[in-house]
Amino acid sequence: MTRLLSGNEAVARGAFEAGVKLAAAYPGTPSTEILETIADEYKSIYAEWSPNEKVAFEVGVGASLGGGRTLVAMKHVGVNVAADPLMTFAYTGVNAGFVLISADDPEMHSSQNEQDNRIFAKFAQIPFLEPSDSQEAKDFIRIGLDISEEFDIPVMVRMTTRVSHSKGVVELGEPVTVEKDQFDRNVRKYVMVPGHAKLRHTSLLERQARLAEYVEKSPLNRIEENGSKVGIITGGISYQYVKEVAPDLDVFKIGIGFPLPLKKIKEFVDRHEKILVVEELEPYYEEIIRAAGMISVEGKKYTGREGELSPYRVATSLAKAGVVNKVDLADYKPAQLFPRPPVLCPGCPHRGLFAVLKKLRLTVTGDIGCYTLGTLDPLQSLHTCICMGASIGNAIGMEKVNGSKQGIVAILGDSTFLHSGITGLLDAVYNRANITIIIADNRITAMTGGQQNPATGYTLMGKPTREVDFVKLAEALGAESVRSVDPLNYEETQKVIKEEVERPGVSVVVTNRPCVLMPKRIMDTPYEVDLELCNGCSLCFRLGCPAIMPSKELNKRGKPKAEIDATLCTGCTLCAQVCKPEAIVIKETAGAAK
Amino acid sequence: MDYENKTLNILIVGVGGQGVLLASELLSEVAMASGLDVKKSEVHGMSQRGGVVSSHVRIGKKVYSPIIPFGQADIILSFEQAEALRAVDWLAPDGKIIVSSTRLVPPIANFGEVKYPDDPIAELKKRTANVIDVDADKMARDLGNIRLVNTILLAVASPYTGFEPSVWEAAIKKLVKPKFVDINLEAFTQASALTIN
Repeated sequence: MTRLLSGNEAVARGAFEAGVKLAAAYPGTPSTEILETIADEYKSIYAEWSPNEKVAFEVGVGASLGGGRTLVAMKHVGVNVAADPLMTFAYTGVNAGFVLISADDPEMHSSQNEQDNRIFAKFAQIPFLEPSDSQEAKDFIRIGLDISEEFDIPVMVRMTTRVSHSKGVVELGEPVTVEKDQFDRNVRKYVMVPGHAKLRHTSLLERQARLAEYVEKSPLNRIEENGSKVGIITGGISYQYVKEVAPDLDVFKIGIGFPLPLKKIKEFVDRHEKILVVEELEPYYEEIIRAAGMISVEGKKYTGREGELSPYRVATSLAKAGVVNKVDLADYKPAQLFPRPPVLCPGCPHRGLFAVLKKLRLTVTGDIGCYTLGTLDPLQSLHTCICMGASIGNAIGMEKVNGSKQGIVAILGDSTFLHSGITGLLDAVYNRANITIIIADNRITAMTGGQQNPATGYTLMGKPTREVDFVKLAEALGAESVRSVDPLNYEETQKVIKEEVERPGVSVVVTNRPCVLMPKRIMDTPYEVDLELCNGCSLCFRLGCPAIMPSKELNKRGKPKAEIDATLCTGCTLCAQVCKPEAIVIKETAGAAK
Repeated sequence: MDYENKTLNILIVGVGGQGVLLASELLSEVAMASGLDVKKSEVHGMSQRGGVVSSHVRIGKKVYSPIIPFGQADIILSFEQAEALRAVDWLAPDGKIIVSSTRLVPPIANFGEVKYPDDPIAELKKRTANVIDVDADKMARDLGNIRLVNTILLAVASPYTGFEPSVWEAAIKKLVKPKFVDINLEAFTQASALTIN
């Protein structure tokens, strides 16, 4: 039986077929759909959203030691958060198989950097597998779990956005049941005090040596011979682009990227006049191969190390390297057209908040979520964004060197605060910072498409659960002033934030409007513009609402009056609140007023 | 359509929330149900936030790259007038671009710093002779749901893909939410009639 599956859906299917018992993750593009699919379709697997990637990883370690096959998923930067347990788990090794999905985001479609986590696997000295399409994504999960058990080591499966989010035809298999012994109280293996860890480090190196032999024979590292003088070494999505633009070249397709099958690669290199490595981002394969003495091998010189590759980029790289004579593709030129950046949705509660922050001209340290869009024109009121939870620490540091007069505000969402903002708030209180922290609580993890979190009252598997009370939590951590406010009440929000910014010490403001899209779409009566009253002042335009457009009618100075698209307007009232001539009204009211 | 010797490349473009992803899903489902290899690729994340959304669908005997090589789209479906202009350079020399009458002016264009083109379709016609403009906006509104633009454009494109109407019908029944199936089938039938004329 076949199904059309995305790479992420295929990973979920692979977990099911391989007898995985537990899956844990924190949502993050492009990895989110893995756990969503598991929870929706493969209910035999216990699946959870953990508060952050480190906890997800640790839950996974426990499951593996407890004897259940385990899958843990996160985006590339999530692995930074989980790095602490990862590095040491390589030492202890597993009981039941453990697979870590690292979903990298070359091109930064939805990320703050494009770090190449293949290097992370090498750093942790764990094997990684690199699927190039949905079929492999599914198959590699089971193979990864088998390797994990055979070599007593966690295994990374490295996805990229293009593999995670592309769909392809997948041949399905039957699920297997894997029974492992329960937890064995082997403290020399699992208690990493120095005396034990030294032994496990030795063991890790021994396991590496055995893996180095294994990868030479694995069919995942495959040679496709066509009798060409030039050979290409590639893996992951880059393999598909090579096959697309140069189907006649000999290809060494790498399926296991660490450790590399260097003997097999050397034979391939020796058989060819010229070798090119085609890989996205860092010169990972290239450097290892060259360091092994195959110094004629080239790659990054032609492909570049930024962004995604594409058939076009691979074709031009091959041409530059003199491997193919000419590029049979049109010259890429980006269209010269107005940009269409992502915007806060019509009715988004964050819009009210940012309208106020803009009005008050505050310095705002930001964080990761929909509200990061508050940095864009016309709201332009978010001034830093580094990583999950960074806003609070950034605000503290800034205040400590600049003094408190600046009016420094940290803003982060409900899920981000729970992910890694709690310790930041603790630091602010402990070290007596003078900052205001805004928890933009929209009752959902919104940017990644609406996932549950510890404040929403539901688990990933749909079970009702206890929900975090942000006001009580902030008070318990010692914040001097904690207030809740409706961010779509413009006057009230402005008053509260102004007062709290002026108050010395740590203030926490919790906004309390749910996301307009999730878990359910909120639609109230749409507003419209009374063009007789509208004076074209553009205050409503400055809210950056997609529902507000320029009308064909102009004011005295030739500027367009406003018009509201009734199909987009959710009736949030914010524009009506900022409109001085009171021209933004509900239709019936307009009639009544006249 | 000779899938034995040629991969059909279809690029679907629009704005977040317009149903671009559902359209490419339907097309891929139809291709798979017709016994062909298919790959489709898009980038999620910003899809509900009013940003540009594009989905690549490639159908053939054996498909490698999930993204269409630049300049090789056989068909472009644009759910929005100006987005057709943004996508037109992807079109193969003999490719067709099917564009909806829908206009979505982003908030950023309210400030006059960057201008939404006055008549994107007229500009498009200067760039290529192969424009099929469809008043999908009106047809969708007449049918009572603006979100039908995606099904309408797919129906207009359907004759060029060579797949049977019954396979399209089955895919709509499989992938569209039950309460919207009938209206989507109606939209598909009405819009298919447009192309035949």
